[in-house]
Amino acid sequence: MAVKTDVLSKAELGGESILAAWMPRIAGGLRMFAARVLPPVLFLLLLLAIWEVACSQPGASLPPPSTVITDTWELIIDPFFDKGNLDKGLFWHLAASLKRVAVGFALAAAAGIALGVLIGQSTLAFRGLDPIFQVLRTVPPLAWLPLSLAAFRHADPSAIFVITITAIWPIILNTAVGIRNIPQDYRNVARVLRLNGFEYFFKVMLPATVPFMFTGLKIGIGLSWLAIVAAEMLIGGVGIGFFIWDAWNSSLISEIILALIYVGLVGFMLDRLISFIGNRVGGYAQQ
Amino acid sequence: MSAYLSIENVGMTFKGANGPFIALRDIELQIDSGEFVALIGHSGCGKSTLLNIVAGLIRATTGGVLLQGKEVSDPGPDRAVVFQNHSLLPWLTVYDNVRLAVDKVHGKAKSSAQRDEWTRHNLALVGMDHALEKRPQEISGGMKQRVGIARALAMEPKVLLLDEPFGALDALTRATLQDTVMELHAKLKNTVIMITHDVDEAVLLSDRVVMMTNGPAATIGEILDVKLPRPRNRLALASDPEYTRCRQQILEFLYARHRAPAVQAA
Repeated sequence: MAVKTDVLSKAELGGESILAAWMPRIAGGLRMFAARVLPPVLFLLLLLAIWEVACSQPGASLPPPSTVITDTWELIIDPFFDKGNLDKGLFWHLAASLKRVAVGFALAAAAGIALGVLIGQSTLAFRGLDPIFQVLRTVPPLAWLPLSLAAFRHADPSAIFVITITAIWPIILNTAVGIRNIPQDYRNVARVLRLNGFEYFFKVMLPATVPFMFTGLKIGIGLSWLAIVAAEMLIGGVGIGFFIWDAWNSSLISEIILALIYVGLVGFMLDRLISFIGNRVGGYAQQ
Repeated sequence: MSAYLSIENVGMTFKGANGPFIALRDIELQIDSGEFVALIGHSGCGKSTLLNIVAGLIRATTGGVLLQGKEVSDPGPDRAVVFQNHSLLPWLTVYDNVRLAVDKVHGKAKSSAQRDEWTRHNLALVGMDHALEKRPQEISGGMKQRVGIARALAMEPKVLLLDEPFGALDALTRATLQDTVMELHAKLKNTVIMITHDVDEAVLLSDRVVMMTNGPAATIGEILDVKLPRPRNRLALASDPEYTRCRQQILEFLYARHRAPAVQAA
């Protein structure tokens, strides 16, 4: 009987009870806000306050946040200006860096997944290549730059090469681990069904490896973004790395700080973008 | 005259770190078409190895397996396996897991509409037609095993191999699945080899129970004919003298004469 009255009362919900029905949701939203959004905002304000106090002392070598904002106000409100040459808004610098990362990272992803599949599948390739990869991956990104400048003789392809060579190792190694971790059961299912190599690759190996692959891609995109800023400081031209270097040479410390904030935010978004795609493509693994 | 499925003089030796390890020796077993055979024995007696040899997933070191007079040399859908841990592909839905097998096995003989129909038919047989679009991680262990059975049946195998299919399930789920398997066997007359640890399950389901001695060098110790009429009912059997006799005989074999080695029993 109790169940029945409950059903009736729900069916009888009138206009004024709609608010009542929404109340729990609103309350849930507020609780979520308090739990997730409030803490980082509070800590950010706290850090800014400490910074403000610390750098407002006479003789401080770095500007406090209030000065950073007033110094760079024009850059903040208009990221899209273009006065020719290198005198462009931050948007254009970031876009140039992102373009290099996009090309370099795409190359790294394609080559890295292919090589990862190779050393994951073939024991011979694994034994032959893994030691070489393990050594090469410890070479710092910028150490490749002079060599690539010598090889390509142009700044842009050299920067892209540095991105690729930096991002490729985690992609190769994680893809290979993913393939080596395909459960024997899945292989047995494929054998009982007599899947051919092509079918096995697309129906079992690739989907089983996707979560590992995206772990590699995520580390890779982070490293690319680390490397591009450093590489651009050396090669010059339009790009957020050179913008920072240029600001340093002109002693515009506030501009450096603003650029760092942008670099951090863009890096964060790149990381989230790859996670998002990874969850879309290989989301079954998280459930 | 050879049997439908004939396991002849099968022996299996693994190359181990401490020299060769003899897992199985002198296995001789003839199985008729439509027969339900259970393999029972303690852990480590090589039951799974024997099943994998019949499946073609591994090759015997000596002897061989003949299915309708032809030697088994590699895995194939005519010897479909239901694996202990279901091994459904987690990125495919229930429907797609079965459909993958249907497309591969019947891709040439059936049209796309017929394959769709056949996929649904087999899932309906195991009572899983309500969850076609679910993914394996969204359904219970028993349901996963049902889908695994549907996938195997959809291949229309000559022999259905069940590798301890209900081992990981709770007792109640296990009982309903046993009933499903009995109904399917009555309806489809499949030839089945099932590995089990469970004495009641072996007697309830099979026509013959093959009892294996302990490894190393395990072999068939005894074969018991279960002369219980079908269809069988677990409630009625509980007090059936023949059922009790069969149970008793297996228990005697497993626990009196071929007790598990102390290390493994612990």
